[in-house]
Amino acid sequence: METCLEDAAWDIAFTSLRIGYGEHVVLDKITARLPSGKISVILGGSGCGKSTLLRHIIGLARPMQGSISIGGADLFSLTRRDFRRLRRQIGVLFQDGALLGAMTLAQNVALPLSEHLALPRALVRREALRVLKMVELEDFADFYPHQLSGGMRKRAGLARAIITNPRVLLCDEPTSGLDPVTAARMDALLLSLHAQFPAMTIVSVSHDLMSLERIADYVLVLKDGLLHFAGDLAALKASQDPYLTMFLSRQAATSLGDFSESMDERVVSELAKWFRA
Amino acid sequence: MSPAKLLARLGLCFMTFTQRLGAFALFMVSAVLHIFDTRRIFGRTIRQMYTIGVQSLFVILLIGIFCGMVLGLQGYYTLVKFGSVGLLGSAVSLTLIRELGPVLTAIMLTGRAGSSMTAEIGVMRITDQIDALDVMDINSMAYLVSPRVLASLISFPLLTAIFDVIGIIGGYLTGVLMLGINEGAYFYRIESSVTMTDVQGGFLKALVFALLVTSVCCFEGYFTHQRSDSVGPEAVGNATTQAVVISCVLILAADYVLTSVLL
Repeated sequence: METCLEDAAWDIAFTSLRIGYGEHVVLDKITARLPSGKISVILGGSGCGKSTLLRHIIGLARPMQGSISIGGADLFSLTRRDFRRLRRQIGVLFQDGALLGAMTLAQNVALPLSEHLALPRALVRREALRVLKMVELEDFADFYPHQLSGGMRKRAGLARAIITNPRVLLCDEPTSGLDPVTAARMDALLLSLHAQFPAMTIVSVSHDLMSLERIADYVLVLKDGLLHFAGDLAALKASQDPYLTMFLSRQAATSLGDFSESMDERVVSELAKWFRA
Repeated sequence: MSPAKLLARLGLCFMTFTQRLGAFALFMVSAVLHIFDTRRIFGRTIRQMYTIGVQSLFVILLIGIFCGMVLGLQGYYTLVKFGSVGLLGSAVSLTLIRELGPVLTAIMLTGRAGSSMTAEIGVMRITDQIDALDVMDINSMAYLVSPRVLASLISFPLLTAIFDVIGIIGGYLTGVLMLGINEGAYFYRIESSVTMTDVQGGFLKALVFALLVTSVCCFEGYFTHQRSDSVGPEAVGNATTQAVVISCVLILAADYVLTSVLL
């Protein structure tokens, strides 16, 4: 197991994967390989199961069928010990950072080190500050998460995810809810990380097309519970598939909602009264 | 509804109940076992003792003094009919040490500290903080639940002892200072009637209540995301309410069982 993990290329492979909640299938027949040392983007509309897939890659949920392997090791066939050892090599940036509210930024970022390693406090803090500097948050080290903006929380979450130098970095919607400038900054951060740690496999779950353009080496597109496309960015752009063309050109679906039915008269008159009141 | 459907629904309710009971038992055992294998539990326990114990002290003092005063009043007007007002010290102290001290302390702590445990852990659950701990290979049970259980096991008996002492002082205020019972008789009766068995029984109850209350409150918060009746912040609210209700019922039920065994 150790040899396998240390020597393997850290790619992430899905084989005939079926995932969901209870009886409800969210994604089915997913077979794909996210290449090691690249930035892969899992793309798809809202509610298509991107984040659910991410939760399965982290091992927070078990697939209904099929397998997920990381670095050649089948995630759900591992012993508990090996599974924990594998997961130590995975850093995760959650959607809103998922920072612990009772801790300062520095304490949050240092948590993986302070919990697992017997190092002097000063050294652990220095490491936390070093990583916070990478995400340009060193001046906010002693702030609490609620004192920061959404973008800052995400960057702090990224700092916590990379403090252990993981071989795999998973990012859940790293740019969602951010203004274009902050989103571009987040993308630049991921690219810098990729440049600094070329062996790191980075997977970003997103529906942000600008971000896709900037960072993606490899793309998976999910649609209607199935894998719709898997390939590099150039192949995605060259694709003539109607859905991909529509998605990439930000076009709405042809069948829009039914606007033919008008509002009930009583509602109209009550609303008019309420507006005047 | 047809009898078959009714039976099916009853069966489902029973199965859900037993499943939840089993999950709760495993949760409680796991929380206790992690006390012994968690690094740095001491610091976290001290912080939780501050939240559960120190921050609850004032309310325990307040409830304790009024409870003792009411017992003093009620006891006096009951005993005076039989010409036994001298026994007021026994009545107040035994009632407090055996029953009211552990029960009221546990109920007050459920409302003050237990509900905040559920809400805090519930919010951590719905904002992915617990998942983040697990992903960082930090055992969330050991990190969040075990220190709270240990802190409660220490704080509940201590606060119960404080409640008992303050209650006895409350009884003294009404019985001796207001209604004029002999001060020496009040304290002599306490000394002669309260045995070490009573005190041990009270502490045993406090320990059992601590384990039950903390486990229930942490369990409800920890599994907030699995609630079928609500999601998100509403689920946290419902989990908190349910934790308080279940804890209070369990305190009274466990009190009956323990009293039956101890008497």
